[in-house]
Amino acid sequence: MKNYLHLENGSVFEGELLTKSIKKAITGEIVFFTGMTGYQEVLTDPSYKDQIVIFTYPLIGNYGINENDFESKKPHVAGVIVYEGNMSHSHYQAKYSIAEYLDKWNIPLLSHVDTRAVVKNIRQEGSMQAAITAETAFTFESSLNDLEAHVAAVSTKEIESFGKGSKHVVMMDFGYKKSILNSLLEQGCRVSVVPFDTKFEHIKDLNPDGILLSNGPGDPKQLEYLLENIKKIITNFPTMGICLGHQLTALAFGGNTKKMLFGHRGANQPVVDLKTKKVYMSSQNHSYEVDEPSLQGTSLQVRFRNVNDSTVEGLMHKDLPIFTTQYHPEANPGPIESSLLFNDFLQMINEYSGREKAYA
Amino acid sequence: MPKDNTIQTILVIGSGPIVIGQAAEFDYAGTQACLALKEEGYKVILVNNNPATIMTDDMNADAVYFEPLTVDVLEKIIAKEKPDGLLATLGGQTGLNLAYQLDDAGVLEKYNVKLLGTPIDSIKKGEDRELFRELMFEIDEPVPDSTIVHTLEEAQAFADKIGFPIIVRPAYTLGGTGGGIAETMETFKELVRGGLQESPITQCLIERSIAGYKEVEYEVMRDGNNTCITICNMENIDPVGIHTGDSIVVAPSQTLSDDEFQMLRAASIKIISALGIIGGCNIQFALDPNSKQYYLIEVNPRVSRSSALASKATGYPIARIAAKLAIGYHLSELINPVTKSTYSSFEPALDYVAVKFPRWPFDKFTTAHRKLGTQMKATGEVMALHRSFEGGVQKAIDSLELKTNGLQLLSLKDKTVPELWEKLAEKSDERIFVIFEMLRKGVTVEEIHKATIIDYFFLQSFASLIEKENEITAKTIDLVTKEELQLYKEKGFSDRYLASVWKVSEIEVRAHRKSLGITAVYKTVDTCAAEFESHTNYHYSTYFGENEQKKTDKKKVLMIGSGPIRIGQGIEFDYCSVHGVYALQDENVETIMINNNPETVSTDFATADRLYFEPLTLEYVLNVIEAEDIEDVIVQFGGQTAINLAKGLEDYGINLLGTSFDTLDQLEDRDRFYQLLQKLEIPHVPGSMANSAEQLIECAEAIGFPVLLRPSYVIGGQGMEIIRSKKSLLNRIENGTALVFPVLIDSYIPGKEAEIDLIADGNEIYIPIIAEHVEKAGVHSGDSMALLPAQSLSEDIKNKMTIFAQKLVVELGYKGLMNIQFVIEGNDVYVLEVNPRASRTIPIISKITNVSLVQIATKILLGKYSLSNVFEKTGLMEEIPYSVVKYPVFSTFALSGLDSKVGPEMKSTGEGIAIGKTMTEALTKVFHAQKAKHTSGVYQSESVQLSEELLVLINEAGLTLTDSDFDKWLNEGNAAVVLAYGTTEEDKKLRLLAAKYRLLAFTEEETFKAYLQSLENADPGVTALQEWIVTYSKGVSHV
Repeated sequence: MKNYLHLENGSVFEGELLTKSIKKAITGEIVFFTGMTGYQEVLTDPSYKDQIVIFTYPLIGNYGINENDFESKKPHVAGVIVYEGNMSHSHYQAKYSIAEYLDKWNIPLLSHVDTRAVVKNIRQEGSMQAAITAETAFTFESSLNDLEAHVAAVSTKEIESFGKGSKHVVMMDFGYKKSILNSLLEQGCRVSVVPFDTKFEHIKDLNPDGILLSNGPGDPKQLEYLLENIKKIITNFPTMGICLGHQLTALAFGGNTKKMLFGHRGANQPVVDLKTKKVYMSSQNHSYEVDEPSLQGTSLQVRFRNVNDSTVEGLMHKDLPIFTTQYHPEANPGPIESSLLFNDFLQMINEYSGREKAYA
Repeated sequence: MPKDNTIQTILVIGSGPIVIGQAAEFDYAGTQACLALKEEGYKVILVNNNPATIMTDDMNADAVYFEPLTVDVLEKIIAKEKPDGLLATLGGQTGLNLAYQLDDAGVLEKYNVKLLGTPIDSIKKGEDRELFRELMFEIDEPVPDSTIVHTLEEAQAFADKIGFPIIVRPAYTLGGTGGGIAETMETFKELVRGGLQESPITQCLIERSIAGYKEVEYEVMRDGNNTCITICNMENIDPVGIHTGDSIVVAPSQTLSDDEFQMLRAASIKIISALGIIGGCNIQFALDPNSKQYYLIEVNPRVSRSSALASKATGYPIARIAAKLAIGYHLSELINPVTKSTYSSFEPALDYVAVKFPRWPFDKFTTAHRKLGTQMKATGEVMALHRSFEGGVQKAIDSLELKTNGLQLLSLKDKTVPELWEKLAEKSDERIFVIFEMLRKGVTVEEIHKATIIDYFFLQSFASLIEKENEITAKTIDLVTKEELQLYKEKGFSDRYLASVWKVSEIEVRAHRKSLGITAVYKTVDTCAAEFESHTNYHYSTYFGENEQKKTDKKKVLMIGSGPIRIGQGIEFDYCSVHGVYALQDENVETIMINNNPETVSTDFATADRLYFEPLTLEYVLNVIEAEDIEDVIVQFGGQTAINLAKGLEDYGINLLGTSFDTLDQLEDRDRFYQLLQKLEIPHVPGSMANSAEQLIECAEAIGFPVLLRPSYVIGGQGMEIIRSKKSLLNRIENGTALVFPVLIDSYIPGKEAEIDLIADGNEIYIPIIAEHVEKAGVHSGDSMALLPAQSLSEDIKNKMTIFAQKLVVELGYKGLMNIQFVIEGNDVYVLEVNPRASRTIPIISKITNVSLVQIATKILLGKYSLSNVFEKTGLMEEIPYSVVKYPVFSTFALSGLDSKVGPEMKSTGEGIAIGKTMTEALTKVFHAQKAKHTSGVYQSESVQLSEELLVLINEAGLTLTDSDFDKWLNEGNAAVVLAYGTTEEDKKLRLLAAKYRLLAFTEEETFKAYLQSLENADPGVTALQEWIVTYSKGVSHV
């Protein structure tokens, strides 16, 4: 069925809807993902909450959807745009086609769109709203900012526990990906996933060995009211921050964040470790960045940097056992070589356990 | 880290003459590497005895040595040039093996030459199966059950233990030479025996076969700081069991989940780090289609055919970057040459599908065994880029220039389903077409999957194409809707195919679809899926969406490339296309290249101003012409491929620079050609044309036997045969492959053969040199050894040749390059054929005479010059004061069943060059590599009669002659040469045995005589091309 993708800049692209017809327009911020595999992980990553994702690789759905590679219990995207999405999929693990899966969750899959042309619009004009409708005309009524997803919508409501390891990591859930949890479990941790606004005192009672600030959707400043609490938590326990967790760390120590022109998404973002000068490919998904000049005078320093545009990709604290990455060391989708950072995190935890005075 | 300033001079080893498994990709890699080193200010010394390459142009290296690629010769060059660095990972297996041997012989240490890039230990670990397996065990990467054997007994013991099927892989061989999969002890023993013989270190790996697993490759790079990136991964449509060079390959992988993709990527990075490679590396995996279990198949610690493909598929210039890494740079210090705004330390993101399809020589070699396995058999390949997999497959097939209509191989059209099943079981080069034909005839995807283990994803795609074929068949051009036609075009159905189904002309389909607003649009290869702006004009077409290509209003010329490398149309035409581009750029004309061969320099996006990666068919060429508003096209440099497009282009109103179709036709149509020669009073070999078998017999009797048969419009003498009697003619008509009429029939004169290449301006001609063939007429010029300058032609004969050439040019008003072949008998000179295009010998002649024939011809085609503006003197030039041999190189080692007997049909895959002060010295260099084996036994077949004179020469040369028991002679270990000139079964068998055991086989007495002459000179010198040409004043006043 013919449907349309409307961009906020007025461009309209005709496409073929592969899922059931939609009654009212689906709107959201449109973002593009350049990885050639990993669509299932993208669809179920809570950081994509309410966004319309456009895949640049033209064939999406080749290996179907399986039961093993979900990043959360359900898809969070508002809509999906592809060039071709109705091929016969083939994979021994596949359970559904991508259209079947999205249909089940009432998420539209619009195909036969010149995805490359759409990406060029975003690249040139920056992040914008988009709508999927059955109509050839559409008027955007809200602003892009109104569409920002809220962490509360994806965070857990109650504490959940996983694993039986000796080290206890409390993960502040801003919309965590299952792979982060899995990475911690693989390190032999016991993990408590706690709601994003859990108070310091409560966390202290859980007696953690380390804190992980997870990824999550939207503008980090939506949580400005929690920064004091976050600062208290991370200055008291060894901490690793990922993506939104990284941005919140910067804000908590007095740094600033800002929206990027169109963000980084994909599996091929080069990041240099300033300590070793070695470059890693990283998995990324973010629209906001830490504003580097704002770090001056704070106790944070840049540890990782994007090779292409020199943006901040990770921080470390000058004195405390805290490090963060703007990118996703847990991968899924994307390169897995940065998973070593979870080893570093555990090493840090081990070094600091029982050394309470470091926090004096 | 910045570049290494402790070195000034770098020796680069090329890959030598083209053979199966080592083709134009190393010219592409080598050219990039030489330029990358030169731009850093290093002095580059290049050794490569392949004259048809761009890399051996004197502008790409400070000293170019056309010398034998052996350790002793390289040592001489090292002693003379005193390089302080050696780059050996860009010259294929040849370069790598030589680096290994130079190190082993202590040469590198003796002359203090530093091996740049990947260290020797890494090369050893990558290449030596035993060391490699040890390392993989150490880093916990899985390799299949296997063992290393040095003897047949060890191999047998292993087979007894693990059972069949077993793969045999000889160590240090090219393109998997000698390897194979054995299902029984008998074939196993045969393979091991052959493999041990092939391996220079008498070692084979034998392993449990994992045939049927998915075969996935990663192209990985690593710098000195251990930053590792994968440029792309590629999935072979054919599962493990068929050599990747013979597989249809798609990039990126299509059937791997992200988990699997990243699992193998991580393994690749772990392996390249453990090996310590600096530069590029290719890693092949086998992945179980039903679990996450994978195994390593092999690692190539160097740039390869796959890396050339990956470079073209992604836009990332692997060889260029590898050269920079070798001299010390880190990836993050090098700018990405495509975006120019990002760095080389990233991984390309594709937003299209790249499909590689091999080009096999079996259309020529009908007797060779077509079964594919671990020994590569393809001579070349094409690549297609498209937004859909189906479109990519269609474009790739269109690019192959086979006898196909759409996806249908015409020779399979009438096969029954049982016949097709039989064909499928053969695992031949035709198998994809067999699958299409089976689907067309109702065989299910499930049945085909069961038989081939090809992934359902690919088979379902193929089935969807066949469904579309059926839909198309049910339509007519008047009934098809815009939406339907749009979809067919998006799925790659060509105008030509649609026209054939709808029984209209291709041009009608074109006009109709344009009237519906369905035109080709162009997308850009930018390495980043449009995430960053890119300024590179590297395009491919599709029929959907926005057109990104922006035409300029500059004067522009389209250069039509030569497509995949095949017998008769090799790398030399790529050389010509590229030089045409250089000349146009020199004249400030915008150059637009269209080609589909991923191995070549012409398809480097840095060569022409704009590159279109497209099939070389009328539809795609016209699309580019219309999109770019091109008026002028050059077809002279792209071999027969480009010439074949001439008529269609001219009919469409396009101007062919220098070549009208009528001129081509006058030279290619035998009747018109003979009329032309008769009019000009130029003698030609008596001949005529026959339209039926009856007429053929009549003509042959009128002309008198022996006669030469050939179809019109051929390349590489395809289908040419010498028929010696009426009896054999009748036999040929009744029992041979079907003759396609009209057939040309000429008297066969076994005289001397000579040829010239000339530049013409419509009036004057410039002939740089005359080449004389060692073998008599009747041996294809591509398979003849050629001596330059001609050695035995009288002034009178040379004059005649010049006069005939002049007459032809004036009569035709011909401009550009022309090749004329002559037969000389006594004082008579006959014109054999005239090729109105660049020929195979253009590169070698350009190099040895220091005149870029293509560049001057291009400028004449532009109408800028006449010959008298360029040269002080026209006509035939003075002879060069040195001697040059061009010799054919055959790939019989790869093509079992192929008879190496030379004849009118071309068989060689490449050519070598040797230059000497005397012809004897040059010939010595030709045979130098074989001589290094220090064997002296000559086996003579029954049919070979040796004159007293020859027997004396053989004796003087220290050779020992035998004609008794072949096996005994072979086992004595002194076997060097087999003489088998005849057409008897025994001779044929001897030639096949010689190919198998890599012995020199002479199939013409003249070649053997040249060999004997070569033995007179013991110790040839080493001299760079630049040193030779200063001794020859060429008299170019203005280029």
